[in-house]
Amino acid sequence: MIRVVLPAHLRALARVEGEVEVDLNGAATQRKLLDALEHRYPALRGTMRDHVTQKRRAYVRFFACECDLSHERPDAPLPDAVVAGIEPFLVVGAMAGG
Amino acid sequence: MSAIRVLAGTRKGAFVLESDGKRRDWKVDGPHFGGWEIYHVKASPADPNRIYASQTSSWFGQIVQRSDDGGRTWTPVGNQFVYDGTPGTHQSYDGTPHPWEFARVWHFEPSYDDPDVIYAGVEDAALFRSTDGGANWEELAGLRTHRSAESWQPGAGGMCLHTIILDPAAPRRMFVAISAAGAFRSDDSGATWSPINRGLKSNSIPQQEAEVGHCVHRIAMHRSRPNVLFMQKHWDVMRSDDAGDSWREVSGNLPTDFGFPIDVHAHEPETIYVVPIKSDSEHYPIDGRLQVYRSRTGGDEWEPLTKGLPQGNCYVNVLRDAMAVDSLDACGIYFGTTGGQIYVSSDSGDTWTSIVHDLPPVLSVEVQTLP
Repeated sequence: MIRVVLPAHLRALARVEGEVEVDLNGAATQRKLLDALEHRYPALRGTMRDHVTQKRRAYVRFFACECDLSHERPDAPLPDAVVAGIEPFLVVGAMAGG
Repeated sequence: MSAIRVLAGTRKGAFVLESDGKRRDWKVDGPHFGGWEIYHVKASPADPNRIYASQTSSWFGQIVQRSDDGGRTWTPVGNQFVYDGTPGTHQSYDGTPHPWEFARVWHFEPSYDDPDVIYAGVEDAALFRSTDGGANWEELAGLRTHRSAESWQPGAGGMCLHTIILDPAAPRRMFVAISAAGAFRSDDSGATWSPINRGLKSNSIPQQEAEVGHCVHRIAMHRSRPNVLFMQKHWDVMRSDDAGDSWREVSGNLPTDFGFPIDVHAHEPETIYVVPIKSDSEHYPIDGRLQVYRSRTGGDEWEPLTKGLPQGNCYVNVLRDAMAVDSLDACGIYFGTTGGQIYVSSDSGDTWTSIVHDLPPVLSVEVQTLP
């Protein structure tokens, strides 16, 4: 079971509170995790990555285990601690303010 | 008694404001989609409970929300806007080629007779259509692939298709306007398009009377006279009596002919409204006095409408999609400001009062007249 923390706007869109959990079959990768999230919460389609190119949206970041995974290959394995459910996978809106 | 429902899109959410036909006491519901930019909210003329909202964010992209109960509850529908084929380039701000990139939906225009059919005007400029209530979107690519498209350029707000007008008398005819390309007309349901900018003159393009390149801010039409169009251009208020084939300036005695919205009285096709703004570099009313101007002669002769509007220290703007009219016997005029006010006049503009005055900046205002 992989734990995912969504930013507030996406939690509202998906109509969830707190962390969400998804099961992945086979190798756990960023692509499979996003596929599973979008399958379970169709309203998230297009909000984290482009519909067609599947590229991460510019102002969305992926963090886990105190590392920035935003620029990892989509098919790279997720960290063991994320796969084991010890650490959450964080979907983060890029910092903004002023 | 009739009721009024105002649909407001703001920088931080959507608001639904309802009143009875007296338009004095209002119930304000919102924000819906709090924190998101809501560019436009519009209801279907065929089903007043069917409402579409464009919800957008630089972070998370485009969402399309649909309500089937008059705005009480909402459901996200399709948000995949993909240009047909391999999109080419348009001009960037500096004149260099820039590839077409989808950014957001600026404007929805539901069909007159089918709540599941809706058109979307988007940035970068293109026209999309859904025939299944917003679940799927298909580009009407004849517009974006027009031979002039490589020369289109963005206005300050982006290269947006912001105006869609369906001709109620000729179902295959439609008009659109793009900043900064100009106005276009289709007579074959959006398959092919012709620029309709003859008579426009713009000093910010190399050829001032070019076929395209004009920063049209808004076009309005009265349903009873679809061949008569009114336009607020970047500068100049214009009028066409031949469905856009030619335009003439009707700015007349306006104190400034820069502005964004333009609209037509519900029952008087020659009565039109604009909100003069000081200039393209100073987006606020002259001398801090918010004034709507009305012409009862289809342009040229204008009168200021000030009663109930702030006449000092007011430095707001009124954006292009932020004015609308209701269709009660005593026609109501509505507009929203970048200062978060929504004003209503229930006597065709003679007097004004604010419905709300501390919303986020208002991007769009639409009005439903309910039985």
